[in-house]
Formats: sequence, structure tokens, C-alpha cells
Amino acid sequence: MDVGIVSYGAYIPRYRIVPQEIGKVWGTDGEAMSRNLYILSKSVPGPDEDVITIAVEAARGTLRRCGVDPKRIGAIYVGSESHPYAVKPTSTIVAEAIEASPNMTAADFEFACKAGTAAIQCCLGLVGSGMIEYGMAIGADTSQGAPGDALEYSASAGGAAYLIGSKNLIAKIENTVSYTTDTPDFWRREGQDYPSHGGRFTGEPAYFKHITSAAKRLLETMGTKPSDYDYAVFHQPNGKFPMRVAKQLGFTDQQIEAGLLTPFIGNTYSGAVPLGLASVLDVAKPGQRIFAVAYGSGAGSDAFDISITDGIEELDRSAAPSIRELVERKKFIDYATYAKYKNKIKLKEAIE
Amino acid sequence: MAVARFWRENASRYNLIGTKCGVCGRVYFPPRSVCPTCHRKSIGKMEPFKLKGEGEVLTYSIVHEAPSQLEMQKPYVIAIVQMDEGVRITGQIIDVELDELKVGMKVRTTLRKVSDDGAAGVIHYGYKFMPV
Ligand SMILES: [Zn+2]
Repeated sequence: MDVGIVSYGAYIPRYRIVPQEIGKVWGTDGEAMSRNLYILSKSVPGPDEDVITIAVEAARGTLRRCGVDPKRIGAIYVGSESHPYAVKPTSTIVAEAIEASPNMTAADFEFACKAGTAAIQCCLGLVGSGMIEYGMAIGADTSQGAPGDALEYSASAGGAAYLIGSKNLIAKIENTVSYTTDTPDFWRREGQDYPSHGGRFTGEPAYFKHITSAAKRLLETMGTKPSDYDYAVFHQPNGKFPMRVAKQLGFTDQQIEAGLLTPFIGNTYSGAVPLGLASVLDVAKPGQRIFAVAYGSGAGSDAFDISITDGIEELDRSAAPSIRELVERKKFIDYATYAKYKNKIKLKEAIE
Repeated sequence: MAVARFWRENASRYNLIGTKCGVCGRVYFPPRSVCPTCHRKSIGKMEPFKLKGEGEVLTYSIVHEAPSQLEMQKPYVIAIVQMDEGVRITGQIIDVELDELKVGMKVRTTLRKVSDDGAAGVIHYGYKFMPV
């Protein structure tokens, strides 16, 4: 049975802040930070937005594009490291808000920045085994970096949803493999507002090792080489890492360009590869092939080999905003407004 | 507001599910159990009806003195929106610049946080309007 993507949708909050504005507050050279990270601006959620509202907007766009009856969705999984509740699933609220409830299963996933692709893999398994007809997998985050920390320049907000099924595919998922180890490169303890990271430890032994290992395993399994793919999408904690890992593996700048969003919206964590892939699906044509590798700290990588089918011409892509439109829909804010929107200012009880 | 009362209204609040009178065809939101035009004739004939969520601004007002739940968003915009199905709904317009506001502007609904019961309480979600 062919299993793959039936439809997709995305959402990015419209507020943006530039690294120069953050650097000004902390006495850091924001210009240099922007250059080193290759991040020109990052998205910021409004005060009434969170992972649930982002996931719902992406899920509704997915359904508007394809017209599948939401009652036929048998599973909804939302991957995020910033679920609004510690206990109370995001996925049940999404299910109610798209009218998929109640004859279905749902759960929230967590695996740093790859919880969304883990959700896609689960849906592939459930659809492939015949347990469900359709599954919805969502990756979304409203990530926080501690004030003044290097992460504050990149941690942003956004998400994308994928309807997984076996009929009317717009893209067939040819294969998916993963690579997982116990690596403490980035973590956040229960009850802590901000994450901690292992500094230099986050590069070579974490991001690069896991992505290249998963990618090589997939290429070997499929008997393919980088030049067989039209597009490649890699996890993008900043603008530089995906360019470097692409080069290490033998992919070109042209192959990753369509799916490289972090320079404009920052690192959307669980939303990163799902949004990058959505950006490629916005422009992809039948017969084209996509290579995608997510990375989540802690640590693991999920790699996907995806072929675009003729079905993509049937999908009403214009029924929901394109990634380009979402990236262009923006309003720049200063650090004070950013601090207010992100709840970084201590308030009197009454305003709570 | 009580958790239970909010919860019972979730389906209508998330998805704009109102009612349609089976006698005269008028659409109501929030849902009604009796049609104010047909009265007793409509009893038992009010059907759930989902609005598409698209409409245009009939009138609006910019609010500068906010209740505590909207303190972070002031000044904010409250509008009466004429939905494509004919019913009028009052709601907040978000993601709009005040100088871009116009009577007649096209809007659609989206889900946002509307309030919460403090840092340890339930978060309430509902519809707001955004420019199309
Ligand atoms: Zn009536």
C-alpha cells in the first residue's frame, strides 16, 4: 500500500523581531549575531497565540485544501516542546476545533525539535497497517530562549500540519528511517521557564552526527545519491547549520533553498522541518523528489524520502496561505513589545 | 467563568456552530432553541448550523480601557461582523493595524486564546476575526 501526504497546512504568527533589536538590550553585537547565525528576523506569537492556536490554524488550512471529512481522521498527534498545558493534551483541543472528535485517538508528542516528524511517522504506521484511514500529524512550537541567551536570537513560533493517508496522495513517502542516541545537548527540566544547552556540544556530536547518520542510512537503504533529489530540507536551528550539513552530505545550496526558512522566521523547533517541507510542497511538481531530515535534541533524527505524485495538481493549494504569504505577512516589533507578548515582564497579580 | 459552562459551549465557540430555523430559514449565533420570528412553530425545528466563518465588518470600535483579560492587547478592536450567512456576530479583530480598519473589510474567523483562569487555571479558546 502506498502511504503518504494527502494535504498540508501551515501557520506563522505575523510579529517579527530582528537580532539587532535584541542585541541592543543586552549589550551584544546583534549585527554580528545575525551574520553568525544567518538569522535576519524571527517570528513572535501574539499575546493570544500559543501552540494550540497555531496547530488549529495549520490543521484547518490542511482540511480546506483537500475537503476530506474530518470525521474520517482516526488519530491526531501534536508534537511540540511548548504545549500550553503540562497536563491536558493539545491534541484534544485541536480535534474538537476541526470537528474530528470523538471517535478517534489523540496524543501529544515531545522530542525537542523533531516531535512533529515523530508524529508523521506514527501516522504512517497506523495508516499503513490499516488501523486508521487518515491521521493528522502536527509540529508546532512557541519556543522560549532565556533573556540574553544565544537562543533568544533564534527561538521562534510556527507550525505545520500533515494529513496522512493512503488514497489521493499528493506525495508518497517512499521510506523513513531514524537515528537515536542518548545525547544531553539541550534540555529543560519540568517547571523551568527556559531551556539549558551544552554550548559547543550542540554542534558536531549532536546536530551534525545525527542528521548525517540518518541521512546516510536513508540513502543507503534507498540506493540513492543526493543528486537524485530535487529538494532537500534539514532541521534549521539557525540559517548556517542546514547549509553546512547539506554540503557535508553532498547536497547543493539550490536543493535546500526552497525549504530554508530560518533566516526569515527563526527556529520554529517542532515546526521547522514541517514548515520547510510545506514550503517545498507549495512549489513542487509531479515526479519531483524530496529528501527531508529532522533533528531533535536529546537526541535523534528522522529522515524521509518523498515523491510528489500527480495528485498535487488536484489539491487546492490556494485554499490556504502559502509559506511565502505567511513569511511576508509581518509586523516588526521592538524588544519591549516582544518582552510583553512573550510574558517576560513581571506583572501585578491583577493583570494576570 | 465556570469551567463547565465554558466547556459546554466549546463546540459552538470553536467552530461557529449556530442554529438554523427549519420554518423560516434564519440563522442564529449563538445557538437558540426557539426562533424569535417563528416562536412556537419553530420548536423542535431548530437545526445545528455551521457558519463558514467569513464575513465583513459592519461597524467597529477601538477599546482603550481594557478588562484585565485583554490588558496585554490594548488598544484592541471589537467589531460587529455581518457573516455571509446573514447573522451578525460581535468579536475581536486581531492582526490588523488601527489605520487599516475599514467598514466593509473582509474578515474570517480564527481560533485564539480568549481568557484564562489565572496561571494555574483553564485556558479558554474561542473565535476571533482576522483580515482576509
Ligand atoms: Zn424562524
